[in-house]
Amino acid sequence: MKQIRSSFKMLMITALGFMACSLAACGDGSQSGKVDTEGDNTLIGAGSTFVYPLFSKQFAEYNKETGLRVNYQSIGSGGGIQQLTHKTVDFGDSDAPLNDEQTKQIGAPVLHIPMCSGAVVISYNLPGLKGTLKLTPEVIANIFLGKIKTWNDPQIAAANGGVHLPSTPIVVAHRSDGSGTTNIFTTYLSKVSADWNTSPGKGSSVNWPVGLGGKGNEGVAGLVKQTPGAIGYVELAYAIQNDMAYAKVQNKAGNFITPSIESTKAASDVQLPEDSKVSLTNTDAADGYPISGFTWALIYKEQSYNNRSQDRATKLLKLLWWNIHDGQKFCEALHYAPLSASAVAVAENILKSATYNGKPVLQ
Amino acid sequence: MRAIADIVMEMSRFFSIRKLRAEAAFKRTLLLTAIAMVVIALGIFATLAIHSIPSMKALGIGFLWGRTWDPVSDTYGGLPFLAGTLITSFLALLISIPFSYAIAIYLGEYKTSGWISGFLKNVVELVAAVPSVIYGFWALVVLVPVVRVIETKVGVPPYGVGIFTASVVLAIMIIPYAASLGRELIRLTPSSLKEGAYSLGATRYEVIRNITLPYTKSGLFAGLLLSLGRALGETMAVTMVIGNSNRLPTNIFAPSNTMASVIANEFTEADRAIYLSALIELGLFLFLVTVVINVIGKAVIKRFIND
Repeated sequence: MKQIRSSFKMLMITALGFMACSLAACGDGSQSGKVDTEGDNTLIGAGSTFVYPLFSKQFAEYNKETGLRVNYQSIGSGGGIQQLTHKTVDFGDSDAPLNDEQTKQIGAPVLHIPMCSGAVVISYNLPGLKGTLKLTPEVIANIFLGKIKTWNDPQIAAANGGVHLPSTPIVVAHRSDGSGTTNIFTTYLSKVSADWNTSPGKGSSVNWPVGLGGKGNEGVAGLVKQTPGAIGYVELAYAIQNDMAYAKVQNKAGNFITPSIESTKAASDVQLPEDSKVSLTNTDAADGYPISGFTWALIYKEQSYNNRSQDRATKLLKLLWWNIHDGQKFCEALHYAPLSASAVAVAENILKSATYNGKPVLQ
Repeated sequence: MRAIADIVMEMSRFFSIRKLRAEAAFKRTLLLTAIAMVVIALGIFATLAIHSIPSMKALGIGFLWGRTWDPVSDTYGGLPFLAGTLITSFLALLISIPFSYAIAIYLGEYKTSGWISGFLKNVVELVAAVPSVIYGFWALVVLVPVVRVIETKVGVPPYGVGIFTASVVLAIMIIPYAASLGRELIRLTPSSLKEGAYSLGATRYEVIRNITLPYTKSGLFAGLLLSLGRALGETMAVTMVIGNSNRLPTNIFAPSNTMASVIANEFTEADRAIYLSALIELGLFLFLVTVVINVIGKAVIKRFIND
């Protein structure tokens, strides 16, 4: 009996001890963190999975030129912002600008530097349909709101004169995981449809009124390919690589635009705000594809924090400078849209505004 | 002569002390390892509870039966996911019972040795070892079109994905757990009991029905519990075929979502504190659901044994 009691006591003491440790660890996360863990010739980044293939190519090339290594972890935009907030990385990357809560939490000015842009295409599965489907903004919104239920609906027919549309019911496919792709798509829908803007609204995951969810581009693509009558949205790069059918979308100027690298690049060739924090959706550009968006590298405006050296700050800014100039030539082969001339100009000014102890890093 | 005897005595005493020490150290190691398990379980619970506090404060108890999951307006309700988890798991269990019991009885009673028995046993164990993403993939490619045909015949929207598909995949995944345990237990039925029944003229079926099954029922039930535990927490295969729709399901062919699957889907991009906390609270909820089901199961087993 005594023995049992003593082992029970020991158990409780150890348990409490471990719990205390785990609690202490919980509290720590927000303050600790050191950037210099991997030596001075390695920069660390984290964030968007969307930009990862481009970054790995760009950073590999940059490494050949300068010997600087960049370790980029594609943990998702939200994760990248968290890491930057905890100051455990040199830069983050996000497919959406920081929201109010994130800005408040990070507590210091953060620069958003556009790296490239990507488009979201509307893919569909209509066996026997010849030619390319044309969609107007209202039709897209009404399909994803569940108001248009069959393919031979007069609203769809109106934009597709002469095309025979079947009476197949429409099956909507959307992303089930939170993603920048969803964010771009729902931001677009919120801009073009007042109903959508009220509910469900925009975000990296929303409360979809209808449809099935698939995990990742491949999940949505799988649902679309397998289900006759399905419609869904995927990244342009994914749709091109997998030979999927995708629709022409009517832009603000009234033109039906085929999604492509050129039309996505054109979408960013408009007057951009100085901080570049803008959604490219529903662009004013007459030949621009309307559902696209930037991905931004995120860095602190003041680069002197956590005992970082000036050398490190300079290396980081030179890398990003290279990314928006020489690095852009790797975009097209990987199906990303390079920055337009106006986007590069804005990005240059943003990079020049970064400081170390109040003095500009790039001269 | 005496000197040698002394040395031997001395040595044996020395070694026995060392042996005793080793005994004690061994016992301590065992105890510590066991304690580590308890600590990990408590630690997980504590972590989940602490990180759920912001969501508990903001959403209150209504989280448990809220029907809307809308990250945009910060409205979070866990009911659709609880329903999805319980329906898929119990439906899977129901589908798996005939198969797992049939395998257990066949291997435990009819074919206890020989190459067929060994082959079957290995295949069943292999089924348990296949990674769940492979089941998900198989279901997506093979099962979904089959279910779509069934749905067209039944007259519900032919999505192919949904609760029914997820339950079938889950059923296949959990069969080995109940089957393996059941086989072992059925083989442990004392042969004296069975021989007694045979000598009274019972047929093989009568022996199974009246001797083997009653003797092993608590163990068979424990096997089911093990299966159910696996089904409740399964994530990957389910999320690939359940349709991931965050609404309360209306029928067993409807798309739905489970707690594990919504956490896996939305965790990486949960960009607000409440959102993240609500997902963690869902995890805590899942943890509690599994605990409750296990406690009920244990109580049922106890009652069986007392009978």
